[in-house]
Amino acid sequence: MLELTGINAGYGQFQALFGVSMRVEAGEAVAVIGANGAGKTTLLRVISGLLPASAGAMSMEGTDLRRTPPHRIIETGIAHVPESRRLFPRLSVEENLRMGAFVKPARARFAERLDYVYGLFPRLAERRNQLAGTMSGGEQQMCAIGRALMSGPKLVLLDEPSMGLAPVIVTQVFDLVRRIRSEGYTVLIVEQNVAQVLKVVDRAYLIEVGRVDRSGPAAELLASDDIRRAYMGL
Amino acid sequence: MDCALDIFFLEAVLNGLLLAGLLALLALGLNLVFGVIDVVWICYAELVMVGMYAIFHFHKVVGLPLPVAMALGILVVAVAGVILHAVVIRPVLDTPPINQLLVTGGVLFFLQAAATMAFGVEFKNIGVQLGSVSFADMYFSWNRILTFVVALAIVLVLWQFLRRTFVGTAIRAVSQDRQIMPLMGVDTRQIYLITSAIGGGLAGLAATLMVLQFDIYPQIGLQFGPLVFMICVLGGLGSMVGGFVAAFIIAQFITIGGSCFATEWGYAVAFLFFMVIIFIRPQGLFGGKV
Amino acid sequence: MTKPRLNPGYVIGLAVMIAFPFAVNVLFPSSQKYYLHLAVQILLWAFIYTGWSLMGRFGLTSLGHGAFTGVGAYVTVLLWNYSGLTPLLGIPIAVILAAGLGVVVGYPCFRQRITGHYFALLTLALTEFVRLCIVGLRDLTGGSLGTQPQRHGDGLSLYAVQFEPDRMLAYFIALAVWLAGLYVWWRVDRSMDRYALDAASQDEDAAASVGIDVTREKLKITALSAAMCAFGGAMFGQYQMYIGPDTIAGLGVSLNMVFAVIAGGMFVMLGPTFGAFFTQMLAEVLRVAIQGSETLKAWLGSSALALDTAIYGLLLIFFIIYMPKGILGTALDWLEKRKPGS
Repeated sequence: MLELTGINAGYGQFQALFGVSMRVEAGEAVAVIGANGAGKTTLLRVISGLLPASAGAMSMEGTDLRRTPPHRIIETGIAHVPESRRLFPRLSVEENLRMGAFVKPARARFAERLDYVYGLFPRLAERRNQLAGTMSGGEQQMCAIGRALMSGPKLVLLDEPSMGLAPVIVTQVFDLVRRIRSEGYTVLIVEQNVAQVLKVVDRAYLIEVGRVDRSGPAAELLASDDIRRAYMGL
Repeated sequence: MDCALDIFFLEAVLNGLLLAGLLALLALGLNLVFGVIDVVWICYAELVMVGMYAIFHFHKVVGLPLPVAMALGILVVAVAGVILHAVVIRPVLDTPPINQLLVTGGVLFFLQAAATMAFGVEFKNIGVQLGSVSFADMYFSWNRILTFVVALAIVLVLWQFLRRTFVGTAIRAVSQDRQIMPLMGVDTRQIYLITSAIGGGLAGLAATLMVLQFDIYPQIGLQFGPLVFMICVLGGLGSMVGGFVAAFIIAQFITIGGSCFATEWGYAVAFLFFMVIIFIRPQGLFGGKV
Repeated sequence: MTKPRLNPGYVIGLAVMIAFPFAVNVLFPSSQKYYLHLAVQILLWAFIYTGWSLMGRFGLTSLGHGAFTGVGAYVTVLLWNYSGLTPLLGIPIAVILAAGLGVVVGYPCFRQRITGHYFALLTLALTEFVRLCIVGLRDLTGGSLGTQPQRHGDGLSLYAVQFEPDRMLAYFIALAVWLAGLYVWWRVDRSMDRYALDAASQDEDAAASVGIDVTREKLKITALSAAMCAFGGAMFGQYQMYIGPDTIAGLGVSLNMVFAVIAGGMFVMLGPTFGAFFTQMLAEVLRVAIQGSETLKAWLGSSALALDTAIYGLLLIFFIIYMPKGILGTALDWLEKRKPGS
């Protein structure tokens, strides 16, 4: 479904990704793990076009993503839930969801998608008129995921969904991730919480200083001693 | 103060209310552009002036019926807003904010000069008088009443547009977080152009009402431009309700001050009041966003 | 570091400027008055613009300096006309009042951290307020028509600080005023205050955290800048022997200051001067060209009056977009780059 080959990217003089290659198949859940500043968030930003890649190839179901303008990448079926949620704080929950359905095809099915998201997350339906910025962190994460689902995506990119949340809420957020998986979405998730995320996904890539260090089935990585030592403090 | 609470005072208050309608309408477009693109069109009043001349030209020179001339006038200014953004603002969007304000200052000089070259310095008038209505010994011009009603209607329409449509919601969203707009599938450049067109269109609309009340001359923008900026800042940038309240307050200063003393003192006190309020509440009376 | 007194370029420049009126006398004896008039205007505006740039270069983009030139000119003239107070005292009073006004408006601004757009619009309100007061006090000030300082004797008087009839004298007075302005700029540029203000304009919190009293530094530069503009305004009124709310106060004057400085270059000593030269000459050359050419006159008709402003406006747009450092600033950068080993 999603295929990256030899992707380089960076900010000005600073190069953050070096020849990253990876693929995500339809129906999979894949995690990208690694230390802080390894380039995980940069990777997602490159995929959704927020940051242009400087070299390499990148495609989504055969569409060349590097030739697609950033605001049209969503039309290829990629929805990105950005780091720290980035809801529009002074828009209501429903208005945030409406922004998720901004693209033409999604607009036509807005009412249907809205019902679907409210069915998936009834809490959002209760809060539909509340300003998004006034909700709790967990609810905001729910709203951010709901907003991404509004476009009717095939692949959902999740950037650090558990960041800045209390431990109890973190568990709930991983439940959310399981639920969107079971709804049939393909998921690419970036997480620092390695122990938890490896229990949710099928496969994972370990990134260190901008390079793919190793990859494999989640269970295998979870059992690996050096990963347990380096990222789970065990 | 030699003006007691008599009928003239009441007349001044009510006329102030009606003037507030015009000022609020003028502030509306500027406020939208300011709130969404975070750019001050210091030439905003000159766009209104362009609209007034356009209406004059289409009506008196070309000979089109006034409503058609007015519609064309609105269109001209809306297009001017788009051109202003695409040609002048876009290249400086990522530079210090003050550059954006100053670059439109260059446009101000240019538009004034261009108007002088095209139409001369003489006062022009479309020669339409709507007359006035008297009520309990007080006189109110129909122009002002019409302006007030139109301003109110436009605010309601704009409000509905911003709340209920996808594009309207996107306009409000851009003002809160520009960077992630591509993730929503929104082309920020396009939203800016639409916002500029609406901002220009609102200036054009104000022009249609102003040609009914005022003579047209190239420097007319300097007469009310500073006042409009003041109203926007006083109300809280981007706050439409604030803009209305601020327009009302400023209009009262002007009409009451003007009827008790000389016109300039009404204005002078309004500016003084503005400065004092901003010293106390820099975010304006209703600091917030669209 | 600029050390103007050691640079041979500056010495030659100064010699040329001293020789200029004599050269004009020899070369164009019939139009000596006209050339000197142009030069005096450029020098006085250059002084005022330099005063503005003291603030402008630190990110304090004021649209309020028309208020200060207005206060300088009007207070001086009104004291002379109505109290017979000599401008020798009147000008210092006016300058102190303007500096005081700058502090009164600046203090709450800097305390509340009003910057950028807000600062520009607030100072714009100050300009309008002062202009409206001038117009409103029409019994004293002549309202929007302006007024004149009462001529003392034959119009040449130290006591009345009137020097308009003797253009040669006027030129050297303007030259001295301008040099004093450059000296102030240079002193500020070399002072510790400059580093404090540079730091503050980059990041106010960081500046405050290393012990810089940001508000105080900003107030100092505001008072100085306002004082210079007031002095320039007063001298301009004394030279023109006429002051009007739109010629020496008001929004137009404020905007001209900002734009001339931007066109010239805000961050180099002679930038404002170059801006004054450029804007005054642009208007003058266009005016002469149109007056002198029958075809242009026939083609443009009365609208020729506005052609200079139209071109001026377009150039400003161009400068801000493509040359934010101004003509002189860009030129110096370019020279710097070409210089080997630097």
